[in-house]
Amino acid sequence: MPVLKLPTPLRPYADGQSAIEVQGQNIAEALNDLIRQYPSLQKHLFSDAGTLRPFVNLFLGEEDVRHMQGVETELKADDVLRIIPSIAGGING
Amino acid sequence: MLPTLSHDEILRYSRHLLIPEVGLEGQQKLKAASVLVIGTGGLGSPVALYLAAAGIGRIGLVDYDVVDFSNLQRQVIHGESTLGKLKVESARQRMLDINPDIQVDVYNEMFTSENAFRIADPYDIIIDGTDNFPTRYLTNDLCVLTGKPNVYGSIYRFDGQASVFNAGDDSPCYRCLFPEPPPPGLVPSCAEGGVLGILPGTIGTIQATEAIKLILGIGESLSGKLLLYSALDMSFDFVKLRKNPNCKVCGEHPEVTTLIDYEQFCGMPANDHDSGSAGDEWDISATELKARLDAGDALHLIDVREPHELAISRIPGADLIPLGQLAARMHELNSADEIVLFCKIGTRSVRALEVLASAGFRKIKNLDGGINAWAEEVDPSLPIY
Repeated sequence: MPVLKLPTPLRPYADGQSAIEVQGQNIAEALNDLIRQYPSLQKHLFSDAGTLRPFVNLFLGEEDVRHMQGVETELKADDVLRIIPSIAGGING
Repeated sequence: MLPTLSHDEILRYSRHLLIPEVGLEGQQKLKAASVLVIGTGGLGSPVALYLAAAGIGRIGLVDYDVVDFSNLQRQVIHGESTLGKLKVESARQRMLDINPDIQVDVYNEMFTSENAFRIADPYDIIIDGTDNFPTRYLTNDLCVLTGKPNVYGSIYRFDGQASVFNAGDDSPCYRCLFPEPPPPGLVPSCAEGGVLGILPGTIGTIQATEAIKLILGIGESLSGKLLLYSALDMSFDFVKLRKNPNCKVCGEHPEVTTLIDYEQFCGMPANDHDSGSAGDEWDISATELKARLDAGDALHLIDVREPHELAISRIPGADLIPLGQLAARMHELNSADEIVLFCKIGTRSVRALEVLASAGFRKIKNLDGGINAWAEEVDPSLPIY
């Protein structure tokens, strides 16, 4: 099954998991499966209209899926899908 | 014409001069180079220390803050002797102690659209050591508009990112990867989420390394790649970055042709000093909360911090529901009860308040300033963190 690596800021919404097995023939299906397993992730990944939020960067292996077929990109059983977050860095606290 | 090196400088940099890829000419290039470091915090500290030691001839530092006690866990250029001093002055003092042969320019001001061109003008390379999205987008756009390489680093808890943006024709920029910032509230800051003190050391030294490679023109740059470092897994992963032809600042038909209002663009202030206020209508102060509890009012206190934070401080009688679990555990709450939400400084509890409000809860309040305000105003036996 493909594995989705979740960045640290999103892990609290997935019971602290860093890597989650997801089912799906393509990325859209895999993301739906992810949301099915962890509904709290929904608003972090998708807009109210149901589209992937523009700041959510999805990489399949080393490649940005925007340079592939987007969420229609097909997945193989050993694929690693990765969400790369915007992180701001930090002072104070 | 490259500047010459004195006998003292030749001795100081002898370990560089022995490396064929650097040599005498490379050291002269470093002496002729100028680098601007945005921020003298977690990332800026190692960057500035190593660039000074390496003999970068002119280093600019931009920061408007003063050295705070809670900085010392990671901002290694500062120390107890400079607490309360301007960060840029504290950093300059340390850098000139390491290497008095360099020039250190300090800009004790916020880096803004109004002053960015003036401040950046004398420098060849910009290093992004900022802690917030507005300044990151500003730094990126400035570099694209002025044609300067942007050496990027970013950190959160155990995770770091680094890259080199805008370092030549095919080199993508920050916006090619992150066209727009996440909405406020969806990404936690280090002030709320924390950061391993060593992490900015790792990422900052990578940024300094990339800057020196750019100056020397050696090796393979991080341009076109994003480094993803996990201190916890001790993994260094790379993904490929490409220039986005539709990028609003570096694309084929750019829409951003001058610096804009980045606080408005990001919908958040250009600092990491979290505000813990939800607005007057929703806020309750620590003092007011204490008075109402003392008066016997039935308030349901909900602590939305993480379980490990209870070991630092707690308010008696409060129930713990971490923010990440709130949506799933909402059935544990009664919307007829009067609920007061709190966290460390009020950022997470404001988000919790939004979650409950959108679910129809109306009798909800946010403890303004969080448990830290409670410690300050009501219970001084509790530590502030």
